[in-house]
Amino acid sequence: MKKILSAVAAVAAIGLTVPSFADDHVVLIGTEGAYPPFNSIDTDGNLVGFDIDIANALCDAAGYECEFVVQDWDGIIPGLLAKKYDAIIASMSITAERAEIVDFTGKYYSTPAKFITSNDMMMDIPNDYAGANDALAGKKVGVQRATIHENFLRDNFPDVEVVVYATQDEANLDLANGRVDLVMADSVALDEGFLQTADGEGFGFVGPDYDDPQWHGDGAGIAIRKGEEDLVAGFNAAIAQIRADGTYQAINDKYFDFNVYGAE
Amino acid sequence: MDWQIIVDSIPALLEGMGLTVQLTLISLVAGFFLAIPLGVMRLSSNPIFSAPVLGYVFFFRGTPLLVQIFLIYYGSGQFRPFLQEVGLWEFFREAYFCALLTLILNTAAYTTEIFRGGIQAVPHGEVEAARACGMSGFTLYRRIILPKALRLALPAYSNEVVFLFQSTSLVSIITLMDLTGVARVIVARTFDVYEIYITAGLMYLVVTYGILWVFRTVEFKLSGHLRDRAVDPAEALKLHP
Amino acid sequence: MFDLKGYGWMLWEGLSITLMVGFCSLLLAMVMGLIGAWGKLSRNKAANLTATTYTTVIRGVPELLLLLIIFYGTPTLIQNTAEQMGFEVRLDFNPFIAGILTLGFIYGAFATEVFRGAFLAIPKGQGEAARAMGMSRMLAFRRILMPQMWRFALPGLGNVWMVLIKATALVSVIGLEELMRKSYIAMGAIKLPFTLFFAAAMMYLAITAVSMLGQRYVERWANRGIRRA
Repeated sequence: MKKILSAVAAVAAIGLTVPSFADDHVVLIGTEGAYPPFNSIDTDGNLVGFDIDIANALCDAAGYECEFVVQDWDGIIPGLLAKKYDAIIASMSITAERAEIVDFTGKYYSTPAKFITSNDMMMDIPNDYAGANDALAGKKVGVQRATIHENFLRDNFPDVEVVVYATQDEANLDLANGRVDLVMADSVALDEGFLQTADGEGFGFVGPDYDDPQWHGDGAGIAIRKGEEDLVAGFNAAIAQIRADGTYQAINDKYFDFNVYGAE
Repeated sequence: MDWQIIVDSIPALLEGMGLTVQLTLISLVAGFFLAIPLGVMRLSSNPIFSAPVLGYVFFFRGTPLLVQIFLIYYGSGQFRPFLQEVGLWEFFREAYFCALLTLILNTAAYTTEIFRGGIQAVPHGEVEAARACGMSGFTLYRRIILPKALRLALPAYSNEVVFLFQSTSLVSIITLMDLTGVARVIVARTFDVYEIYITAGLMYLVVTYGILWVFRTVEFKLSGHLRDRAVDPAEALKLHP
Repeated sequence: MFDLKGYGWMLWEGLSITLMVGFCSLLLAMVMGLIGAWGKLSRNKAANLTATTYTTVIRGVPELLLLLIIFYGTPTLIQNTAEQMGFEVRLDFNPFIAGILTLGFIYGAFATEVFRGAFLAIPKGQGEAARAMGMSRMLAFRRILMPQMWRFALPGLGNVWMVLIKATALVSVIGLEELMRKSYIAMGAIKLPFTLFFAAAMMYLAITAVSMLGQRYVERWANRGIRRA
């Protein structure tokens, strides 16, 4: 009986740890790892990307010791709330809906959303939502689940068939396969993560840029649990610092040849 | 417990349930009618008939449904040029078709085994009697074996129906908006994990027990001749009229 | 057709995780099953009700849904409860643990039915004789009932194992890198989905075939000394 009890205790101990985070300033950062060029996992299993470099720079500037935790996108906010990590740096857009549940720092970049489709399917998409909805009526558009793009499509394009995927990569693959007609996502992620790869040949952007604050928010920010004001302040100060001392520009130029921060 | 979110989600969840039920019913009917000849073939003494069925049943019962779904949905993408040439790509392109095809093949395999068990459980005396009366082949099956076999298979088949109904939840993984798929999308937007998933779970529960109740009633109605009749003891003890 | 372009090792890794999850879940399922069977056979109304609710709910809800609830919901639940109790707990609720807990919990319900049937199948005389000889309930259970129960339980448990090992494929949905997930990742790399998933299917079939053989041996061992009709 004692043996059984101690075995059970040992197994339980594997799952639970009792820690405290406030003392030693190790900040755990949650990210997805499936969203090139912002965050992805290279063939050696390391996390790489714009978000990762920015996160490291911010931690240096703020004096935190940072470690990364990979979490699939569906569970990324629940994971934050469950204290699996303390901040999300994964190209998460700052939206009012999310701000009800988590706190955001200021943005660290902002890029618009766009549609992509195959070159032989290029259609004319007017700038207004109603006209665009008519132009795309009956078509299948692939999006990643739990993103601003999914919400944007569902709210503004009622005649479109929205097909949801667990990752952006799956959506892109099905576009390449011909299972969906278009895909909507962040223009930079689509460009570098798909259009410029071998699978993306024969596909291109179509339609206008979409950057509506109601759905697309104010750009990508860092999500932090409500109530941790010092962490929010720390990251905000760090963002300001790296923008001022040129670190941000260096990282920007490493990945993009345009200004990814967007308007001030 | 946030009740408002549950009330708001019910229409969408019901729509998802509609797709779930649709997939279940179509797969069930197609699988049932496929399984009857397959069950008979499985028991054939001729290996040309029984071997392929054995292989088919072994494959579909020995591998997870998820593998089967991925094999057909993603796997068809590997053969896209070929499928386009024979004009089948239009079908395999649709997740709905792939899901339906997989579910039908899967349930037909399990049902084949259930019918085989039912056929083998038919009391041999009845078969002998029928043969003695000169019945053989198709008539023997149609009149004697199959009706009895199907009734014997009812309990096992009810489990299969429930299993099929619940395994439709896997189609949410290949983008279909069944009840689970709708629930996942709502949870992703609102983060109310418990409220939504518990509601969806309750919906599955209600229908599952509904299905089991239907089968129990059918079994009851069909087995009247096997049950004890209410007997008046006084009447039974009378030896003479 | 079977050229996996060097990604075969990935599938083997996945297979070992699949087997590990399967074994650990089976152990947990058997524990839950014994507890559940005790509850269902008990005269204690509360235990009976709990056990019946347990099997009823599990039987009525799809495994995928239960997996999603447990994986996405439990960390928050434990967090909130712990906070209310006053101490801060940081959970490492990784997919492996979540998978074992879910599968063990679900298949514990199936095992409950198996064990319940097995206990009921033991001739009543055995239990009565044990009590007549003065054995306490615990002793009678440990010495007489449990060993004999296994003989009846093994076929049912074998079936539970078969279904459980296939259900491990579902844990790929929450990111556990078992066979299905590894095949999926490899598909992203070499773009040969049919080849990869077919190879995975063959591995599952191998597990099934070996399990069927193993079950025959174990049943023969458990039935040693019993005269067959």
